[in-house]
Amino acid sequence: MRILSLAGRRLAASIPTLVLILVGVFLLLQLAPGDTVDAMMAQMGGGDAATARELRRFYGLDLSIPMQLANYLWRLVRLDLGFSAIYGKPVATVILERLPPTLLLMTSALSFAFFFGLVFGVIAARGVNRWPDTLISTVGLIFYATPSFWFGLMAIVVFSIYLQWLPAGGFEDIGAIRTGIWRVLDIASHLILPSLTLGLIFLAIYLRIMRASMLEVLNLDFVRTARAKGLDETRIITRHVLRNALLPMVTLIGLQAGTMLGGSVVVETVFSLPGLGRLAYESVVQRDLNTLLGIVFVSALLVILVNFVTDLLYARLDPRIAAES
Amino acid sequence: MDALKRYFRSPAAVLGLVLLLIVVGMAISAGYLYPRDPLALAGRPLVWPFTNPRFLLGTDNSGRDIAAQIFHGARISLLIGGVATLIAVTIGVMVGAIAGYYGGWIDNILMRITEAFQTLPNFVLLLVLVAVFGSTLTTVTIAVGIVSWPAPARLTRAEFLSLRSREFVQAGRTLGMPDAQLILREILPNALPPVIVYAGVVMAVAILLESALAFLRLSDANVASWGNLIGLGRDVLRVQWYVSAIPGVAILITVLAVSLVGQGLNDALNPRLKQR
Repeated sequence: MRILSLAGRRLAASIPTLVLILVGVFLLLQLAPGDTVDAMMAQMGGGDAATARELRRFYGLDLSIPMQLANYLWRLVRLDLGFSAIYGKPVATVILERLPPTLLLMTSALSFAFFFGLVFGVIAARGVNRWPDTLISTVGLIFYATPSFWFGLMAIVVFSIYLQWLPAGGFEDIGAIRTGIWRVLDIASHLILPSLTLGLIFLAIYLRIMRASMLEVLNLDFVRTARAKGLDETRIITRHVLRNALLPMVTLIGLQAGTMLGGSVVVETVFSLPGLGRLAYESVVQRDLNTLLGIVFVSALLVILVNFVTDLLYARLDPRIAAES
Repeated sequence: MDALKRYFRSPAAVLGLVLLLIVVGMAISAGYLYPRDPLALAGRPLVWPFTNPRFLLGTDNSGRDIAAQIFHGARISLLIGGVATLIAVTIGVMVGAIAGYYGGWIDNILMRITEAFQTLPNFVLLLVLVAVFGSTLTTVTIAVGIVSWPAPARLTRAEFLSLRSREFVQAGRTLGMPDAQLILREILPNALPPVIVYAGVVMAVAILLESALAFLRLSDANVASWGNLIGLGRDVLRVQWYVSAIPGVAILITVLAVSLVGQGLNDALNPRLKQR
């Protein structure tokens, strides 16, 4: 319970941040050339000034900017994100449709990066300054410097064009109607390359942090005690070191949540996944500012939620955190 | 001098420096080796690399010399990376210094703003900025700088927090130095080294951000940028994959060089912090 209230307090503290972001981006978008009505008129193939005026009044765009801002925030409280002129649907609906692929992509990329970062970090730390460590650290550095979209393209060339093992893009095979387990497998095969692509840079970061944190924990007194008790090395690593070494990794998940969401914009475009990131890109290209603002809101919310979960996880791994409060 | 010796003792740091010098050399020599406009038509489209001595790295979909674009692209990448880093570090140091020095409600407000910038995904904010201000070389560079300042700000703030109650600062305060002088002349020189070292990371990320933006065709299309070329090559990926592959290697090498140099500087300047 204590953990929950602690994390809850941090969650409450992030509400002003969210409001700050929304107000900032809202005002920023006022500077953008053209508004929703311009986009709609272009969509309709033009129209006269009277129609435009009428539409502006209908959408409340003729009000002063502070009034518009107040209206927008008030609508947000009721979870109304406005209307997307491009998609002809409420922004909330458009975003909800696009959310599942992104969440799936982020979860699988994160799991991939976390798991292999952990494994390789442990291997590197145990063979510190010997060849496994050097090899893993070097590969990690190269992964860190690889632009994700480029890696994605090269993966498509190798695995989709030459080897023809995996699909080159899309979320699922539209031609075949699959149900149940086959559909799941189909989606999974579409997500392998995007997850690898998105997870690569995080794999590099996690393995570096894991290695450093392992080396630090391995030098602590309680590890020496465990060794003195005669425990074997595997047991020491799994039971004593790992749990403590994991703490910085968990912190990192929260810190990197935003970067990962940003990365999915590029990855989803490379693999033409119908996700939130691609929606962000499309709304910039199509000047659908209402949708863009909605995406800003949802992605900030997502980052805050991930941080909330991370807080809970953190307190679970290290009971002292909950006890201290 | 010790730091210099320590730097050159690390093979990774030396490799990084060599790679960086090569990229800088490419940027400098681009004008002499390829004096023509790199975006001008040069020959037949889609010539494979190493088949025609005139186009060592081949040509792209519209018959432009890839090698020329790589050399001129080095200029753009270093320019955008460098200037964006300068902007990010300048804003970050200013915000961090004021927040860390004054503390209290000023610190509170500034840190809230920093947090807001960190909560909003970098790349999404970058998209918003490009949507609003357009995508010329100048706006993209400034936009990349604007999304990158929070980390240097936090670093500077932490340094200021630990330095502001040190004896030399107290001595200065007793002498009646004004705040501005204390911040700029006394604390800042001591707080700056870790921030400058961190600038390596900022620059690496800035180059990657710009190339991603260019790949999405949201950066300036009128300059020879590596990201632009990768985006173009995507249309002919199925067979002529080299159009995308070559500029990607250039980005990889540049980012690798910048991060290796940053890491090397960090280890050389803070020998105690170096992991075994």
